[in-house]
Amino acid sequence: MLKNLCQKMFGRSLWVYHANSGGCNGCDIEVLNVLTPYYDVERFGIKLVGSPRHADAMLCQGPALRATARALRNAYDAMPAPKLVFAIGGCACGGGIWHDTYAVLGPVEKVIPVNFYIPGCPPRPEAIIYGVAVAVGLVDKKVAPVTFKQLEMPIPRYHPGDLSGRDEMVVYEKVDKI
Amino acid sequence: MSMMSKLKEAMVGLKAGRVTLDYPAQPRPVAGNFRGRPIFDATKCIGCAGCANNCPAREILVLDVCQEIRILQYLGRRCTYCGRCADVCPEKAITMSQEYETATDKIGDLEQRLELFMSTCQRCGRCFKEGSPLEQLKLKGYRFDDLANERWIFRSRSYLESEPVADDIHIQMD
Repeated sequence: MLKNLCQKMFGRSLWVYHANSGGCNGCDIEVLNVLTPYYDVERFGIKLVGSPRHADAMLCQGPALRATARALRNAYDAMPAPKLVFAIGGCACGGGIWHDTYAVLGPVEKVIPVNFYIPGCPPRPEAIIYGVAVAVGLVDKKVAPVTFKQLEMPIPRYHPGDLSGRDEMVVYEKVDKI
Repeated sequence: MSMMSKLKEAMVGLKAGRVTLDYPAQPRPVAGNFRGRPIFDATKCIGCAGCANNCPAREILVLDVCQEIRILQYLGRRCTYCGRCADVCPEKAITMSQEYETATDKIGDLEQRLELFMSTCQRCGRCFKEGSPLEQLKLKGYRFDDLANERWIFRSRSYLESEPVADDIHIQMD
């Protein structure tokens, strides 16, 4: 449903606003790298604007800090109504490596609703382009949650039944997995 | 003179060619030493929780459900792809893949959850479980992380309340 809405609302030019709420500037550099002629997202119509009032999408970097959470919320509220929020980088997606310190509230989804997550520390410029392309509907997402269930011990285990005496020497015969 | 300089500029511009990548249409390979998303191999993992003890972002959670089943959950959201887990893994069950196209609309898509079979003691049939809570504190790797709230609880059975610790100062959001 979100994808259909994105294709309908943001099918043409997507104007992005770039908000850093306390990151280390690594993700900022990658976002600005995306806008260079080498990666050139303007061929998709993506353009960086200076004000959240002109923007369709917000690129969030950095965790929500106690000092900047309010400003981030105000910037989100200032955007006009069909709006997208991208959380770029490990800090914005999950609170970052200092997620449990006193100044960090957590990921930006604690303050504003997030539509798309682009993890990485920092994500490659290609990963950011991929995230925006997933949002616009050019490509499909590749990741899915994985659950494994292990039913046996992966390393061989000693079992006294597998011992056999052979002229004053005890030999352990079975080395298979149980 | 001016005409010549313009011609020279045009020549430079023609020589440069096209540098823009055709990225989402064409795949873009990475360098050989690039570290992407770690992949956990459940058939090799012995559940030692060395990765969880060494993760700088503390996003590998370990929960001992009973004495024979241990759940190891990799959240994947704040991973810095440092490769420390792959370094400390004794069985080489974690490999750093070169996968970077991990953008998603649900953060739960990045999780990897392993339900591991833990071997018991051959002699008594039980795991070595320490008696007193003080002895359990000493026991490295015996953990009860909070999988529901996705929080890491350090070497203790003490259960933190459901509200995060960092959120004790409430910020008014209109």
